[in-house]
Amino acid sequence: MSGRAEDVRQPRADRDDREYSRELRQYLWGYGLALCLTLVPFGLVNWSLLEQYGLYVAIGACALVQIGIHFRCFLHIDPPRQNTDDLHLILFSSLLLFFMIAGTIWILASLAVRTG
Amino acid sequence: MSAAPPLQHPGINLGPAHPDAAEKSGELLFGFWAFLMSDAIVFGLLFATYAAMLHARAGGPGPAKLFDIKSAFIETLALLTSSFTFGMASLALKYGKRVAPLLGWLAATLVLAGLFLGFEVHDFLSMFAKGGGPDRSGYLSAFFALVPLHGLHVTSGIIWMIALIGQIKVYGVDREVKLGLLRLGLFWHFLDIVWVAIFSCIYLGGLA
Repeated sequence: MSGRAEDVRQPRADRDDREYSRELRQYLWGYGLALCLTLVPFGLVNWSLLEQYGLYVAIGACALVQIGIHFRCFLHIDPPRQNTDDLHLILFSSLLLFFMIAGTIWILASLAVRTG
Repeated sequence: MSAAPPLQHPGINLGPAHPDAAEKSGELLFGFWAFLMSDAIVFGLLFATYAAMLHARAGGPGPAKLFDIKSAFIETLALLTSSFTFGMASLALKYGKRVAPLLGWLAATLVLAGLFLGFEVHDFLSMFAKGGGPDRSGYLSAFFALVPLHGLHVTSGIIWMIALIGQIKVYGVDREVKLGLLRLGLFWHFLDIVWVAIFSCIYLGGLA
């Protein structure tokens, strides 16, 4: 293994350089996009640029996109290249989160209406 | 992108240049990833509790009186930038020939994490000063169950990072340090994702 690495030292170095600049770009893009998706909702809320319902939609949309970017650029989750176990775990956890959060809010809101 | 090799685990993959870490990294990081996903469920349920308690204020103060958007903004920038500097530390670990850049990026991450925690503690103290402690209402109990739990996670991340820096000083960048940094990286980026949900739902949602 190490002997072969010695033989192909030059191509290996080239490959490392390409891989390095690809991964560096990924972090830089991730940081830049996340920064924009942070500045926009903070700006909208700080100067009340939309009415309340519009603000909620904008904040939620920016947050979801930003979370996707964090997964892609910082946690390096790349579906076609990823181990399927990792993807199944993310899918399963997202499903659980959805059921538990939506279910809790639904049931407790309904209870509040009936007892309020 | 298609030329890139398949990924063995979530987070940065150290690849063939680090054969010592490659042997165990898939298994260890999958286990740690399973822990993070279960942690996400804990946070998710606390978010659901917060949403259900939003109007249970018992006449106590609400978001408009308690939250400071400037402070939340500084905390957000500090934590997001620390996620980026940790990414740079991961690159320094993967490609760097010397240990100094790795330590430098880790130190930058620590400083930003400290800044985040400092502002967060200041926020909590000013909430207490305004009569918004966890015992004031159901709403504030839900707030103090969720947000300080994230702060505690950041604190434990800081302690972990200091321990890893100590390990690097004593043992150098050996296999255990590499595997530790890979797991801390997942933890750190995960905490930033939880913070995105916190600043969006709680701070911005509350002030909108």
